[in-house]
Amino acid sequence: MNKREFLKGLVLFFPAGGVLGALAGEVGAKESGGKEVGAKEAGGKPDGKADDPANHYYGMGIEVDKCIGCSRCVEACKAENDVPREPFFFRTWIERYVIKKDGDVNVECINVKGKGGKETVQDDPDVLRTFFVPKLCNHCVNPPCVQVCPVGATFATKDGVVLIDSKRCVGCRYCIQACPYGARYLDPRTKTADKCSFCYHRVRRGLLPACVEVCPTQARIFGDLRSKASRLVRFARMNKIHVLKPSLNTEPKVYYAQLDGEVR
Amino acid sequence: MTAEAQGLSELLEQITGFIYPNEIEIHWSILIVVYPYITGLVAGAFILASLVKVFNVKEVQPTYRLALLTALAFLLVAPFPLLLHLGRPERFYEILLTPNVTSAMAMFGFVYAWYLMGVLLLEVWFEYRRDLILLAARERSPMSWVYRALSLFSTDTSEAAVVFDRKAVRAITIIGIPSAFLLHGYVGFIFGSVKANPWWGSVLMPIVFLMSAIVSGIALVILLYMVLTAMRREAIDMGCLDTITSYLFYAVIVDFSLEALDFIHRLYQSEESVKILGKLITHKLFMSLFVLQILLGMFIPLGILVLAKSRKFNDDLRKLLYFTAVILIQLGIFSTRWNVVIGGQLFSKSFRGLMTYKMEVMGIEGLLTALVVLALPFVILAVLIRVLPTKRLDDQASTTGEPVVPAGAANPAALTRS
Repeated sequence: MNKREFLKGLVLFFPAGGVLGALAGEVGAKESGGKEVGAKEAGGKPDGKADDPANHYYGMGIEVDKCIGCSRCVEACKAENDVPREPFFFRTWIERYVIKKDGDVNVECINVKGKGGKETVQDDPDVLRTFFVPKLCNHCVNPPCVQVCPVGATFATKDGVVLIDSKRCVGCRYCIQACPYGARYLDPRTKTADKCSFCYHRVRRGLLPACVEVCPTQARIFGDLRSKASRLVRFARMNKIHVLKPSLNTEPKVYYAQLDGEVR
Repeated sequence: MTAEAQGLSELLEQITGFIYPNEIEIHWSILIVVYPYITGLVAGAFILASLVKVFNVKEVQPTYRLALLTALAFLLVAPFPLLLHLGRPERFYEILLTPNVTSAMAMFGFVYAWYLMGVLLLEVWFEYRRDLILLAARERSPMSWVYRALSLFSTDTSEAAVVFDRKAVRAITIIGIPSAFLLHGYVGFIFGSVKANPWWGSVLMPIVFLMSAIVSGIALVILLYMVLTAMRREAIDMGCLDTITSYLFYAVIVDFSLEALDFIHRLYQSEESVKILGKLITHKLFMSLFVLQILLGMFIPLGILVLAKSRKFNDDLRKLLYFTAVILIQLGIFSTRWNVVIGGQLFSKSFRGLMTYKMEVMGIEGLLTALVVLALPFVILAVLIRVLPTKRLDDQASTTGEPVVPAGAANPAALTRS
């Protein structure tokens, strides 16, 4: 390198360094302040760094009245996520509630082929109302499973998804005990805990979770709570929503519209 | 379908009401029943030992070393049920290397290590240091070398050194009492802090665990003391036995009061979960809760103890009564652990149905493993007692240099012969 080249390099190096430094500072500020700014910011134009997880906060909406109990979501989930086929392991499942006139409530999970089966109830004159409720991991804001995991194998991502690192999980099953929603199971093949991941591998690529993708009635709505334009935010604006077991202060991010008080 | 799934299908038939589909599998098995039972015995035995050193209850002195060794033997086994229960036991070290600070369970390694090395081993060493030096001088090789190593090659048996030992033991015991509370209270916290589970989630849980730990630990030391003296054909110190059983009596009363309070509180508050918990105790836990834990494990032993204290029975009858009482109490406390751990998993968190626990017999989380884990501390204790005398060695022996074994205390043959 001769003197001329060196000086040329210097001329380019310092301003470039300054620009990079300024950029780095900006990103840092955005990251630390990102949570407070929240929805407003992410609603704006993508600035080339739209992939920053801190700009998103994912959740799901479920319109109970739209669910027809076809279980395509359950099947899609099992196929997409390699969930064991036996009816004791579910990342998502459908519950059917039959409420009788005398106040009797009959609940069953229609994906477990046990004693009940799938008999129709429409002709029963004693039935007051009946409906299906899809269930899945609530990706709580205050997830008890993350709190109790002794090794930090269960964690919440910046974009609000609760995930499990199956390479780290020791299989103590404390998280399964701590989950109020029965969303977790122990994968019999890996002996590690498993549950719904909101199809994180799809979501990060801009796709919808498998269950949302296949739902024929659009009973499931997936979206980004930080984006005003997201379908989920619109869903939350247009419906009176409720979450499961709110008294436990887990702050679920699966929001139900038209949820019946009988559902727990 | 795998064998495991086959087993779960069978359980499907046993369900009453509605459960979340993933709940069919009972995750914390009999090994997790054994774990709090064992740590409870550790804490209880240690508390009994501390009566002598901190509260100067001289009558209990004959059981001091036995209680200490019992605590040690059980503490050494305590991690095994946990380890065997893990889905991936080969990754257990992660709990020590990358613990999640918000997890009660992650504290296990630290609480355990502190209690084992900061309290128990240290106290045992100071308590036995003088005796180990004496034994090293008396025994032939290789045992003399074992004793020399155990004494960490210390040789000072002067009055000043022995006084220091005594002070150290007292200091360690004073630290040890809160540590024992921590060890077992923390196990209670693991259950008590689960807000998702109304059967577990109670602020009283750590305290109930502690009191039942004290009950079971004292009862076990009484049992071992009686068995040991019988094996050595020695006379039981009835003063000692009467005193300890009095403590046992009070501990059972406190334990019972706490559990009754918990029960009444739940019934009176009558929260959302009260119906399913009512079904749980009447349908699933009737035998283990009402019959084993409360009737056989509490009322009858309490009655026996009252009887033994209030009437002027002769020594032999009192011994028989005490012996019966402590065995029933062990049964009761084991049932207590069962009712907490298994009971808490037999109802759905939807509060709409009950599950069934089908215990394996042969599997790694089965009955056989549990029995081995429960038997192991007794094997360790037998070895410990052979090496470490449960009575303080005679001073006379050390001055004359004769290998006098005081009244069968350090006579290992006595244990194996009978």
